[in-house]
Amino acid sequence: MPAETHRVVAAVEVKNLWKVYGHVEALKGVDLTVAEGSFLTIFGPNGAGKTTLMKVLATLARPTDGSALVGGHDVTKEAGAVRKRVGVISHNTYLYPQLTAMENLAFYGRMYGLKRARERSTQLLEQLGLATRMHDRVATFSRGMQQRLSVARALLHEPELLLLDEPYTGLDQHASRILAGVLEGLRDGQRTVVMTTHNLQEGLESCDRVAILARGRMVFEEAAAEVDHSGFQATYFACVERAWGR
Amino acid sequence: MGPVNALGQAWAITKKDLVAELRGASTIVSMVLLGLLVVLVFNFGTDPGAKDVTLARSGVLWAAFLFAGVIAVGRSFATEKEAGCLDGLLLCPVDRAVIYLGKLVGNLILLFVTGLVILGFFTVLYNVGLGAGSAGLVLVMALASIGFSAIGTLFAAVGAGVRARDALLAVFIFPLLVPLIIAAAHVSTVLLAGQGLGGAGLWPWFLVVYDVIFLAISFMTFDFVVEE
Repeated sequence: MPAETHRVVAAVEVKNLWKVYGHVEALKGVDLTVAEGSFLTIFGPNGAGKTTLMKVLATLARPTDGSALVGGHDVTKEAGAVRKRVGVISHNTYLYPQLTAMENLAFYGRMYGLKRARERSTQLLEQLGLATRMHDRVATFSRGMQQRLSVARALLHEPELLLLDEPYTGLDQHASRILAGVLEGLRDGQRTVVMTTHNLQEGLESCDRVAILARGRMVFEEAAAEVDHSGFQATYFACVERAWGR
Repeated sequence: MGPVNALGQAWAITKKDLVAELRGASTIVSMVLLGLLVVLVFNFGTDPGAKDVTLARSGVLWAAFLFAGVIAVGRSFATEKEAGCLDGLLLCPVDRAVIYLGKLVGNLILLFVTGLVILGFFTVLYNVGLGAGSAGLVLVMALASIGFSAIGTLFAAVGAGVRARDALLAVFIFPLLVPLIIAAAHVSTVLLAGQGLGGAGLWPWFLVVYDVIFLAISFMTFDFVVEE
């Protein structure tokens, strides 16, 4: 019997990705493969191209050159299919302050075409400890609560890939710890997570692969288990300095 | 995605905008106040009893509508930009035309309601007996609101990320709205003079054609406008 050949589809497959804004080269030939069910943290200083990479994967920005596939779907040619599979949590919450928590989730549920949006919303609000505030306007929420609600919004349609773009920005230590606990709970081996951050400690705690993006290039990639956590800061700075040619 | 679902999603966007507006009430209050002020200020400068002021009165009505309308469309995407909501909307697997339709209908309702309030104030202040012309004026207000919303929604999306968006919006859309306002003023002049729509010649049809053309252009180009 002939051996069956299976092409394992990576959750994310980026090849020679370029993104140019005017004269600024934000991404310069990035290659990246993320296996299904894994958690990749991408570190990088400000202006490294982390947010641009996330925007391309989320279909919010078109690549100038190269390709990016999410679950085997091209982000440019099959943007609709990609959007169904991706959830995004960023420092922007994407929440409407004049609407209540439940109204926000019900609205996004409608946009994703969910049939039982209210039930799913209630379930997520309970999971994230916001059930008692579900009928309160988002404008009255603290930054930490808004970010937790933002997690609920991103998980509403049960995405295969979760993109976290600097999710800890603007959070105090207590809110950061709560969010870290929530994100830890997402590591169920089913969902793929890609997170960008410049916070080394928080980034290393949760991931199983580590990458460093500097000046639009992927300059480091390693399994988290093989990375010396105590010496990672030195590795990070060495990679960034090298990218800047210092 | 079926057309029924698409319409449902568009209505969800409209409803979300209207609920947010009713709770904040910042836009509609500004629109109505500005509209009423324009009508009031022009009233001080004209003699309501003069015989040849019909065209001028009509101009006052549409000037008030124009200024109030710019506030409505300018705010519609400004609120989407807060907390990155426009990106949140663009992340959803929804056709861009559906997003445009939802925003357009929201603006249209705000504009039309404000237009009616201004019209009511205008008739009282200028002691205009509309009589049979009232239905015609409401129709002209509706047609003008559609054209204004079509252009305004598109250009508000263009300028959403720009700091001086209100000033830029006015600069971009005023020239495009001139034919619409001229047509609306001509038809209104005829109606205020006590004639029916038939006395306005082709001007009401001009409004219809204007609306169709700019709706078509806006639906076709919105996707490119919100792209990055």
